[in-house]
Amino acid sequence: MTAFRQSSFGRAVIRRLPGRVKRGLRAARRWQRRAVARLGTHWRRSLQFRVVSTTLVLCVLVIAVLGFFLVQTIAAALLTSAEKSATAQAAAGRSTVLGLSSVLVLQQPEADSPTANAPYVAQVAARTALEQGGSAGNYLVAVYLTDPEADPQADSVPWVAENSFSPSATISSGPTGLLAGVTQEQQDEKYDNQYVPVPQYEATTLVGNDGQSLGPALAVGVPLGPYYQLYYVYPFTSEQAFLLLVQRVLVGAGLALAVLLAAIASLVTRWVVLPVRHAAQAAQRLSAGHLEERMRVLGVDDLAALATSFNEMASSLQGKLRELEELSKVQRQFVSDVSHELRTPLATIKMAADLLFESREKLDPGPARSAELLQSQLERFETLLVDLLEISRYDAGAATLDADLVDVCDLVRNSAGDAQQLAERRGGRIEFRLPATGCFAEVDRRRVERILRNILVNAVEHGEGKDVVVTTAMDNDAVAVSVRDYGVGLRPGDEQQVFERFWRADASRARTTGGTGLGLAISLEDAHLHGGWLQAWGERGKGSVFRLTLPKLAGQELAGSPLPLDPDDAELTSGSSGTGPYPTAKITGTISHG
Amino acid sequence: MKGRVLVVDDDAALAEMLGIVLRGEGFEPTFVADGDKAVEVFRDSRPDLVLLDLMLPGSDGIDVCRQIRAESGVPIVMLTAKSDTVDVVLGLESGADDYIMKPFKSKELVARVRARLRRTDEPAPEMLQIGDIAIDVAGHSVKRGAETLNLTPLEFDLLVALARKPRQVFTREVLLEQVWGYRHAADTRLVNVHVQRLRAKIEKDPEHPEIVVTVRGVGYKAGTA
Repeated sequence: MTAFRQSSFGRAVIRRLPGRVKRGLRAARRWQRRAVARLGTHWRRSLQFRVVSTTLVLCVLVIAVLGFFLVQTIAAALLTSAEKSATAQAAAGRSTVLGLSSVLVLQQPEADSPTANAPYVAQVAARTALEQGGSAGNYLVAVYLTDPEADPQADSVPWVAENSFSPSATISSGPTGLLAGVTQEQQDEKYDNQYVPVPQYEATTLVGNDGQSLGPALAVGVPLGPYYQLYYVYPFTSEQAFLLLVQRVLVGAGLALAVLLAAIASLVTRWVVLPVRHAAQAAQRLSAGHLEERMRVLGVDDLAALATSFNEMASSLQGKLRELEELSKVQRQFVSDVSHELRTPLATIKMAADLLFESREKLDPGPARSAELLQSQLERFETLLVDLLEISRYDAGAATLDADLVDVCDLVRNSAGDAQQLAERRGGRIEFRLPATGCFAEVDRRRVERILRNILVNAVEHGEGKDVVVTTAMDNDAVAVSVRDYGVGLRPGDEQQVFERFWRADASRARTTGGTGLGLAISLEDAHLHGGWLQAWGERGKGSVFRLTLPKLAGQELAGSPLPLDPDDAELTSGSSGTGPYPTAKITGTISHG
Repeated sequence: MKGRVLVVDDDAALAEMLGIVLRGEGFEPTFVADGDKAVEVFRDSRPDLVLLDLMLPGSDGIDVCRQIRAESGVPIVMLTAKSDTVDVVLGLESGADDYIMKPFKSKELVARVRARLRRTDEPAPEMLQIGDIAIDVAGHSVKRGAETLNLTPLEFDLLVALARKPRQVFTREVLLEQVWGYRHAADTRLVNVHVQRLRAKIEKDPEHPEIVVTVRGVGYKAGTA
């Protein structure tokens, strides 16, 4: 509540300030916020900064506490010694003055006029006391006349002072506590002649003639016979100067010590942090693929152990990677060999089968049908072989991208041939919604055509004779092709599984087009090789969508797709009639619905 | 039509089958199984076309291809079991005009062989000019000034196709159809490799081509310079 009031008050103040000041304040606050944020970041990021600043803060705290106690102790000791010497001097001064014959009057002032000679007597007494004290620094001696019968109208001052100050100081009143104490002693002495009065003292402030404070001082008072009192006032000038010196030395030494400790902490942390930083850098380089990266091992300490372990890890990683590379090379070689070894006899078989197939009319029905089966199954075998080799090339990491700037819309038209023939046989059509301007992107023509052929044939195959809609769109970074069918659709969870090898939506369903079961798996790899996406959406009875999204520049990261994956709700609720309202907002040049 | 085909293949069964198919289509096949003897047999038999298996014992198919190309412009069709880009491009760069992936259909093989032999039919007298290059279509010669440039028949066909319609941009697919005789889209790397080989022979600076110019994203056209 208080804080709220304060801040609203602060805001009210700021509101009334002129604009330039307000802007300045705002800028200052922004700068402060940024500085704090920077410091915070530095604090979180740098171990060294953390250690050094903690050391510095703790060190300053400890030195401050120690210094405070040290100064207190020294001040107390100084005060005690000052009190001791002051009371001793006061006692000595008293006996000296009392021993003076000329001031016997102190003991016995004339009865008729006790104050007549008082100023003179007091002055003599004060001067004597001052001279007795020698030249031990500046101090003030005052004699106070306590005469109960003194004429209150007399303009004589009860104080007579002598001092060694320059400019001289005087005294017009004493500290009341001290006066009372000394008067008490004086009374005690009056009643008991044998009583030796004890000097009284009190800390006070000395005020100069010009009214300026001369700083703290110690006032000591002692009775001087029955009518006078002797006072000494010692300013603490030298003690203060000494204390100040001690404080300065302490602060200077403390700061120096703190800086030194911070420097030592910084140095020591550096010893620890630097190797750790080196390790971090080395690990980074290692993870970036510089497998030959090693750390320098110095000595046999913990950090050397870190470096040794790091190096061992790096070597072991390098070894494993080499092994894997070797394996991959062997695998690639194997695939290549299998490919050649299988293809050569297959070529012979195929030509032979062709020959038999051509002349099947001359054969009996049995051999003739055999020739036909041989022909068709050879084709299937070959497709399977091609797909298997392709997928093992991906598994071996041997697939390379042969990217070129091409119009993806052209690729869509080129690769639709097989699917169109199939669609015609099924009684459906493929509807193209392609932008008239073309969709140029850096892609591997062969692979993208393979993906498109696959998803188009799939769409027709599972489309139950209904139309298939192919939409292409692009934005600044990506080109997308989505293929929508209104057929059997997918079961929940199948969106991922369709891309698995040899996966079938329905194990009992007969294959009509003789797909290998590897088509979508290869297509997914093809899309990933481009840094692109191949995704599926489907719902039982409402058809499915396969969407391919490719970056416009090969290898660029995709942030989004220019086409939605799910058809919008309106289309789904209005039923899947075949050519429902498909999102075409971004697309120009729609090819006829007819 | 002349039809002497040299089949260079180490696989006896495939060679025999190739022989059956080629004879069936009216060609005269000759066979050699060993890469080292291939060039020798080539010199003796003087075939109109060479069918060359890339994987041969002894000297490599690529070497054989290079040696034959060094002494003759005879059409060479490679048989390859590898579809990897590197192998195909290497084969094309070493001088092959076309390639067929194993396994292939008999009809496809015969179509390719025919396409490569067809160009030997007599063309009508015709003179073409691109930049400072003069082409005598009937005389099968290409000249820059007085200097005769030595092109293989395929490179010559490619240059003539481009020169007949200057300023028109040819896509790789169109060139494949016109020069190689492919009906539908095939491997466009064929065009890329052969354009590079052609440029190496006819351009003053193949790095900055002026006669066969690339149109980015589309294809190629004959330059005007």
